Amino acid sequence: MDNQATYITIAGSGGQGIVVVGNLIARACVIEGKNASGWVAYGAEMRGGTANATVIVSQEEIACPFVETPDMAIMLNQPSLERFEGNIVEGGMVLLNTSMIQRPVERDDLKQVFLAATEMAHELGNLKVANIVALGAFIDHTQVVKMDSIRQAIGDLFASKNPKMVELNLKALDVGAANYKCEKVKG
Amino acid sequence: MATFTRPDTLKDQITHYCPGCGHGIAHRIVAEVIDELGIREKTIGTAPVGCAVLMYDYFNVDMIECAHGRAPAVATGIKRVQPDKIVFTYQGDGDLAAIGTAETIHAANRGENITVIFINNAIYGMTGGQMAPTTICGQPTTTTPDGRGAHGEGGPIRVCELLSNLDGTCYLERTAVSTPKDVLATRRAIKKAFENQIAGKGFSMVEVLSMCPTDWKLSTQKSLEFVNNDLKKVFPLGVYKDR
Amino acid sequence: MAEAAVRAGCTFFAGYPITPQNEVPEYLSWRLPQAGGVFVQAESEVAAINMIFGSSAAGARSMTSSSSPGVSLKQEGISYIAGAELPCVIANVQRGGPGLGNIRASQGDYFQAVKGGGHGDYKLIVLGPAYVQELYDLTMRAFDWADYYRNPVMILSDGILGQIAEPLELTPYTPIVKLPPKDYILTGCAGRTPRVVKTLFLNPADGLVHHNDHLQEKYRRIEHELSLCEEYETADADIIIAAYGMSGRIAKGAVRKARRKGLKVGLIRPITLWPFPKEPFVRAARTASKMLVVEMSCGQFIEDVKLASECAVPVEFFGKGGGWYPMDTDILEIVESMQPCRSAPCATRKD
Repeated sequence: MDNQATYITIAGSGGQGIVVVGNLIARACVIEGKNASGWVAYGAEMRGGTANATVIVSQEEIACPFVETPDMAIMLNQPSLERFEGNIVEGGMVLLNTSMIQRPVERDDLKQVFLAATEMAHELGNLKVANIVALGAFIDHTQVVKMDSIRQAIGDLFASKNPKMVELNLKALDVGAANYKCEKVKG
Repeated sequence: MATFTRPDTLKDQITHYCPGCGHGIAHRIVAEVIDELGIREKTIGTAPVGCAVLMYDYFNVDMIECAHGRAPAVATGIKRVQPDKIVFTYQGDGDLAAIGTAETIHAANRGENITVIFINNAIYGMTGGQMAPTTICGQPTTTTPDGRGAHGEGGPIRVCELLSNLDGTCYLERTAVSTPKDVLATRRAIKKAFENQIAGKGFSMVEVLSMCPTDWKLSTQKSLEFVNNDLKKVFPLGVYKDR
Repeated sequence: MAEAAVRAGCTFFAGYPITPQNEVPEYLSWRLPQAGGVFVQAESEVAAINMIFGSSAAGARSMTSSSSPGVSLKQEGISYIAGAELPCVIANVQRGGPGLGNIRASQGDYFQAVKGGGHGDYKLIVLGPAYVQELYDLTMRAFDWADYYRNPVMILSDGILGQIAEPLELTPYTPIVKLPPKDYILTGCAGRTPRVVKTLFLNPADGLVHHNDHLQEKYRRIEHELSLCEEYETADADIIIAAYGMSGRIAKGAVRKARRKGLKVGLIRPITLWPFPKEPFVRAARTASKMLVVEMSCGQFIEDVKLASECAVPVEFFGKGGGWYPMDTDILEIVESMQPCRSAPCATRKD
């Protein structure tokens, strides 16, 4: 792991909007004048299994665009946790969507953040924004980019497609940022 | 009084074709039609690989020499870039119906607005008389010494019939150049195939049964009889599509 | 790449579906018509490249893209286009081979791209981008160089670069040079003598020899005029890594890591793969004690590195084929194991 770069993996199932999350983080980087590089991988179990996006955030030009050991991970479903739990760098952090994940991570060196993103999205009236709820918590906790940059990125990304989605996504972001629980590193 | 002169579309060049070959007649017909329609200065021709590969030396129009069988793809590229020009391919049976089968079928199926002149002499001429996709059953060639069909070569491909099933084709006719009457019919058909393109009607092909005395190892007279008595039986003349 | 092509005035694209480059034709299928161009999904790779042969002869800035197995199929047409001296841009988003291989990224088509690939003595201008922005910029330049030299240009990318997402500045297109008029294209012979685009030279007997001489003369000129290369931390480097495209970019990460550890390591990353930028290697051979070639193939690029550096320093190799890619940490480990021995250059490691 470089001191200069942060490696983030976002994992879930197809349709959970993992690419959108990666896209928003990358856009926020551009807004802040940072470098970003993104990579999306679909497994053979593309439907219902895991799909993941990786984003590298860096002050300097990004050389290697892959990540084998991410510093941070957003896990939106149980299969993602099973698959990526062992990959996260020692002492890294993981955000878990407790609506779809039954257990905490088994490693005791990781910082854990919990929130019921899917349930919160349900309360907001649209299950699709669970990813943004999770992103709100993730950004609030990690400060990997500024929340304002994410807000601006949401505006940029959704305004052209559906202006109503901007409002909903901003709200989802706030809900996530205000409603997560942290667990300190054990031992 | 009208005199018999060289069409403007043909250069003052002696061709390399063998005595009794049908290419000279077919060249002249295409050239006459281009003259008659007044399209010489907006015509782009594609030369095949085969005996007619040097046709760019004979035709007084812009020409491109294509890889074996690829003329319909090349013509597609040209016509799509310059839709106001008149684009034609001139291909033999090996070029159009063997190595270029895919290009032929798909250009036809897309309904490319081009004119295809298909010279079917049932043999590979330039390479020395090997079996062509249109060689008829029993016909001896240098690669079917016992006659086609004796060793699992299959039968001749009838291109007009094959293409007539495709929605994209506009006009398909099979003619010959083995009798004066056939020559006149070929001229009518080729003119129509060019007129269709001018009118934007889509893919038009004229299949011309032609003679190859050298590789058939027949006299020029016997070659005409082979077309009239044998080829026409396997490849019936007529209009296969006209819409 | 697709958007760069449109902005550079590409008006004709023909291609055939193959992973991992389907995004290019899919994008162009709507974008090109919107910009007044033509998109054709061809029945085969062979037909696609021949459509390019026709469209380029008709004067359009033309492009096709494919991935390794498809580019093999295009070789016939590429030879004709090079022989007829027509401009066009061919993108190869390389995947693992040989055969159907896999759809992971590879650099296994290096020889095919830079040494010929099809039949006959011809050269493609070959570009090896490493970043999305560079891919965009080079695509625009590719159209210029193709027109300027009347030669096909290949963009030798790979499945990783083809699939990653990076911020991109959509810069406007401006031609690099004043381009010569296209006085060879087929437009119908109104008011002039007919033109012929051809590759057949039967007469006179030495016509094809002359044509080849002419082509070679052009290639020498291109070699003289065209050379792009990134040099990074090479001035005081004991060990110089040579790598292009994606492996070049990953190697740059290894150089940074090595520098932080105080190791004198540098990088030469050729951007034009043909012409191969020789001069930086000649210099490196004087100043460095060792080189390390990193490539996502089994020893192709290394041959040009050895030729360019005239084997003046030992060249070690780190590469595999079949869809493998190096991590910067792997490269770093190898660099750390290479003992610089400036006084007595030798190829042995002190293990």
